[in-house]
Amino acid sequence: MKFFKLTFRNAGRHKLRTALTVLGMAIAVMAFAVIRTAIEAWYSQASASSPNRLVANNNVSIIFTLPISYQSKIAAVPGVTSVAHAQWFGGVYVDPKNFFPKFAIEAEPYLAMYPEFSLPPDQKEAFLKERNAAIVGRKLADRFGWQVGDQVRITGDIFPGDWDFVIRGIYTGMKDNTDEGSWLFHYQYIDERMRQESPGRAGQVGWFMIQIDDPTKAAEISGTIDALFKNSAAETKTQTEEAFALSFIAMSGSIIVGMQIISVMVIAIILLVLANTMAMTARERTSEYAVLKTLGFSAGKIVALIFGESLFIAILGGALGIALTFPIVGLMKVAMSAFFSAFPLPPLTFILAGSSAILVGILAALFPASKAMRTSIVDGLRVID
Amino acid sequence: MAQTMVQVNNVFKSYWRDTMEIPVLRSISFDIPEGEFVALMGPSGSGKTTLLNLLAGIDRPTQGNVTVAGSQISGLSDSSLARWRHDNIGFIFQFYNLIPVLTAFENVELPLLLTKLSKAERKKQVELALGIVGLADRMKHYPNQLSGGQEQRVAIARAIVTDPNVILADEPTGDLDKKSAEDIMELLSQLNAQYKKTIVMVTHDPRAAEKAHIIRRLDKGELVNGDGAR
Ligand SMILES: Nc1ncnc2c1ncn2[C@@H]1O[C@H](COP(=O)(O)OP(=O)(O)O)[C@@H](O)[C@H]1O
Ligand SMILES: [Mg+2]
Repeated sequence: MKFFKLTFRNAGRHKLRTALTVLGMAIAVMAFAVIRTAIEAWYSQASASSPNRLVANNNVSIIFTLPISYQSKIAAVPGVTSVAHAQWFGGVYVDPKNFFPKFAIEAEPYLAMYPEFSLPPDQKEAFLKERNAAIVGRKLADRFGWQVGDQVRITGDIFPGDWDFVIRGIYTGMKDNTDEGSWLFHYQYIDERMRQESPGRAGQVGWFMIQIDDPTKAAEISGTIDALFKNSAAETKTQTEEAFALSFIAMSGSIIVGMQIISVMVIAIILLVLANTMAMTARERTSEYAVLKTLGFSAGKIVALIFGESLFIAILGGALGIALTFPIVGLMKVAMSAFFSAFPLPPLTFILAGSSAILVGILAALFPASKAMRTSIVDGLRVID
Repeated sequence: MAQTMVQVNNVFKSYWRDTMEIPVLRSISFDIPEGEFVALMGPSGSGKTTLLNLLAGIDRPTQGNVTVAGSQISGLSDSSLARWRHDNIGFIFQFYNLIPVLTAFENVELPLLLTKLSKAERKKQVELALGIVGLADRMKHYPNQLSGGQEQRVAIARAIVTDPNVILADEPTGDLDKKSAEDIMELLSQLNAQYKKTIVMVTHDPRAAEKAHIIRRLDKGELVNGDGAR
């Protein structure tokens, strides 16, 4: 027998209590990892951007538009190699639950700026030719079972009325975190209708995508562009695509902070649960620890026994929780593919989840271990259980 | 003449509850020669357990010296005292105090885990000790699968497995039926006679005390009979 066998025997003494504690630990660690994965998904969206792309939108807010006439002025700024405009469409496909982002784009320059969208040349050609054609991401197509050639009707909200489309292409992402959940179509399609139905809204775009030749000049070029429209009716705000994406996250920043707080709280709660289990355990074994000391075991050995048991439960629960994370994130991927292009499970998530489990194991043992150390043999033996 | 195994020199012991001093032992002095079998008797609360604990080095006198097997144990640090207990003392409790999640074999093996003995050597030693107490056929049993008398015999095996100089027993038969109590006393006598163990046993039971060579009586924290001869 090894002395540490006693650790495992002790952990198995109250099987139900140990099992419940391990399970609680597992759920907490899993919740922690899943919440972190959701946060990661948010940021991975932003990191998918290219340092060569800038975004110029209305300085007041992304929901305000800019005149399309800005495009040529922006294109003339030194360092700018290409400009394409885009517009958020909104709209509902059959049911509002079926949300996915839809962008009205200036197709040719826009796609040229996104080499990470891979689209077969024949599909691209077909898309460019047709006024009401659309291309969709692979994940989005899979979600609704769409094929090239399908007719799809979208009910407009920002742009009222029914909009009939033909899917002419399905693009795939060249990188892991490339978005494959969007719907892209021609800006002309909405602009034509706006000219007839509400001319005031014609010639307005949501933002300009700007390609630059040198990413190190991003700040300088952005400043030049914004200076062009200073004091006009629609001032611009130009930033890198990443900063632009992060500003969306900033909008949801309080949600993320909330999620981070919850993830920490989950760990704190499980700490209390395990600490309680360990305190109960150590109290019940007070006289056994006194016996071990009588036999000549040092206080350090008793402390090791208590830490061993606590860590055993914590690590078992942590490992189970990490194992559970994979299927849960798998489900999340399916359920939330419309919102997030990727659910990264970086090693850091597991390192954090694993180390919080270990930390919980250590902290939970601190109090009972110090108590066992301080209790004299004589006092320990007087406890009759 | 036999060597002195235990030497208690003007020992006082008090406990403190908050600021209140509770005197338990007063001016205790006596010697025990090697190989003796001493019974410590006295009314409940007279300080028998406290005195035994001082001999075992699991408690320290408030004043005075205790020397056992040549070590003045009052002067040892906590960790040297733990080591010293392991090497010199076999302790038997009234309620056996076996570890319930360990088998009889594992309980007896426990003190040997602190030695450098190999697994095979430990096994030999444990089997020897369990053989002496007559439980060679119960090695794989857990404490709750044993009778009280058997549990106490396992506890005795645990106490002798390290071949200690002194065996200290605190009312070892106090919780046992008559027959089991007799068996335990027989075993202790044998350990004394055959294996030359010095034994100090606290007991209430006059019949148990008969097996001892010397009876010492405590009353209200003081030794009452001077030379202790029976
Ligand atoms: N750890 C302790 N703290 C306070 N009082 C104690 C402690 N141990 C023993 N006592 C007191 O010391 C006295 C003697 O106790 P003990 O040695 O257990 O007596 P005995 O074993 O003879 O019945 C009792 O009054 C008891 O209440
Ligand atoms: Mg007593």
